[in-house]
Amino acid sequence: MPLETRVYQKERTLKMGALLKASLKDLLGSRFLARQLAERDIKAQYRQSYLGILWAFITPIATAAVWIFLNSSGTVRLSDTGVPYAVYAFSGTLIWSIIVAAINSPMQSTNAAKGILTKINFPKEALLLSGVYKLLFDSSIKILLLVLFVFIFGVGFHWSLLLVPIAVLGAVLFGSTLGLFLTPIGLLYKDIGKIITFGMQFLMYVTPVVYAIPKAGMMKTIMTYNPITPIILTTRDLAVGFTPEYLSYFLIVLAICVPLLFLGLVLYRISIPIIVERLSA
Amino acid sequence: MNDSEILVKVEGLSKKFCKDLKTSLWYGVKDLVSGVRGSRQERELRPKEFWAVQDVSFELRRGECLGLIGHNGAGKSTLLKILNGLINPDAGKVTIKGRVGALIELGAGFNPILSGRENIYNNGAILGFSRREIDAKLDAIIAFAELEEFIDMPVQHYSSGMKVRLGFAVAAQMEPDVLIIDEVLAVGDVAFRMKCYNTINELQKKTAIIFVSHSMPQIAKLSSSALLLSRGKVKNQSIDVSKVINQYFLDSPIDNKEMISGSGKAKIVKTNFDASKQISIKKDSLISLEFTLDISPEIERFGIRGVVYDSEFKGLLDINSLHEGHIFINKGSSQSINISFTNPLNHGDYSLTLVVFEVDDNMKIKERLLRYEGFYNFKSLSDNEFDSYIPMSVNVLINQN
Repeated sequence: MPLETRVYQKERTLKMGALLKASLKDLLGSRFLARQLAERDIKAQYRQSYLGILWAFITPIATAAVWIFLNSSGTVRLSDTGVPYAVYAFSGTLIWSIIVAAINSPMQSTNAAKGILTKINFPKEALLLSGVYKLLFDSSIKILLLVLFVFIFGVGFHWSLLLVPIAVLGAVLFGSTLGLFLTPIGLLYKDIGKIITFGMQFLMYVTPVVYAIPKAGMMKTIMTYNPITPIILTTRDLAVGFTPEYLSYFLIVLAICVPLLFLGLVLYRISIPIIVERLSA
Repeated sequence: MNDSEILVKVEGLSKKFCKDLKTSLWYGVKDLVSGVRGSRQERELRPKEFWAVQDVSFELRRGECLGLIGHNGAGKSTLLKILNGLINPDAGKVTIKGRVGALIELGAGFNPILSGRENIYNNGAILGFSRREIDAKLDAIIAFAELEEFIDMPVQHYSSGMKVRLGFAVAAQMEPDVLIIDEVLAVGDVAFRMKCYNTINELQKKTAIIFVSHSMPQIAKLSSSALLLSRGKVKNQSIDVSKVINQYFLDSPIDNKEMISGSGKAKIVKTNFDASKQISIKKDSLISLEFTLDISPEIERFGIRGVVYDSEFKGLLDINSLHEGHIFINKGSSQSINISFTNPLNHGDYSLTLVVFEVDDNMKIKERLLRYEGFYNFKSLSDNEFDSYIPMSVNVLINQN
């Protein structure tokens, strides 16, 4: 069997195709490592905590609860959403939390592995994949919770409920793609992580998370064009059995995400050695 | 398989680093941009940068071991990182054939909360094993680490030695063509260290090894050639490992660890050598130390002791005037003392500690008057390549009858 030959030099192959192929190959080849890492983190997280999984959705539930209170006490007047407001708010914050987690995931997973990145050569794509695994784990629990709310608040079963996981996958895809682009620079500068946390708080208010898109005005324009809007709305519509109004926009966003994701993977592959150099210098 | 196949080929390798963090991060951003655009221009030093590794070349075949030595900050770890593919060189080229294993960090991926057994899987996965491989090797790993009893205990309750043992046991299961070792073996107890060496010796037959260590005996024992790095440049490179090690010792910075303790009733007034300098002495040549002592008048009799330590503070030689049957009488004024011995030490850095003590009527040591650490620091240089990793050799008669 001929031995695999590796060449390390300044000039690297910069053909998109070759890099992407190598990246996808490593992504596929590192499934075991990725699963192992995800399992390790999930186990460790829950073994050292009593409330465990509760932490995954305590923020969205708290946010929703605040809005439900604001709405029911009459502090704020929200336009009718067509479904019980509790379901509207809970579904919005849950999906929102999935998107935020997905954006943070590539950077967090890579950052957490800093120690081994500078010491051991392993397929770095495994870190991304382990992040996705962890997201899927958390998200599936959130979906179950969402389904629970749908039933508790009397919305009842619709066949479209079965499509919710697919829409959530779309949310994960969107978030991960965005996160992947921010990762290289975010690993160099801590500011990026802070900006994400900070920015997402504001972004939530121009997305129909806890209130519907207004009928007119500047806010309507912003919210309509906001690419996160179709993700939230489509997922929610599927959950409560409405015809998804923003389905075509949703599909367009996802269709754009796929090539961008590939581009992000290539970018990640190129940037890791450069970042490792700066981390270990 | 060709026995003389070249597994590692390094040609004119260079790497630069930045001294300042903020600048370094900014250069990182610039490199990201140029990395994506694929700049082909020659890399030159930007402000605040220096060459961490400059123009290093070597070849390594299966069964060979390159000992990489150099003082702290010489660029050894950087070179290993490039060889391991963690960072890209700024100039030159590395060609590596086959599976690369690195013993740079043991127990990577361990999570302290999880049990030893679970962490074997974590660590193994990072080292590139499949689940089936780990399943098959699990018992061998646990047995090698000698941790049968504690394998289901969380790793955070392991002693550091246990963690290292577990980490090495997993790594020892690798079957690499090229093995990179960076000073991981300096830990653990003697028995386990021996086990590690045996494993590496076993591996050496079928791998090309690049070995970094500060322990020259280890380098001499394992390496078939050696490369001395100094400030990123190759200072010496030869298959004559002993010669390279000598050069390493010649380059070692003067480490004057003087410390004086004792009752203070004895003082060194004068010496025939400069105590602040390290002196080079050839093996088998005579070391003659002359010095003048001032001793308090109430002391009647005294003795002299000299202990030679190596750079790891292991005592090697004991010179004691009592053993030689000498008792010195305090003559009231300054006394002139001479210690002479033939240097039996092979190459290395050594330090002599001088002790002056009071002797009572029964020829017993009474009070320690002076203890002078780092009294005489010297480098011993040996030309003999056979004895290089044993600290000392003496002339004996061996006859075949």
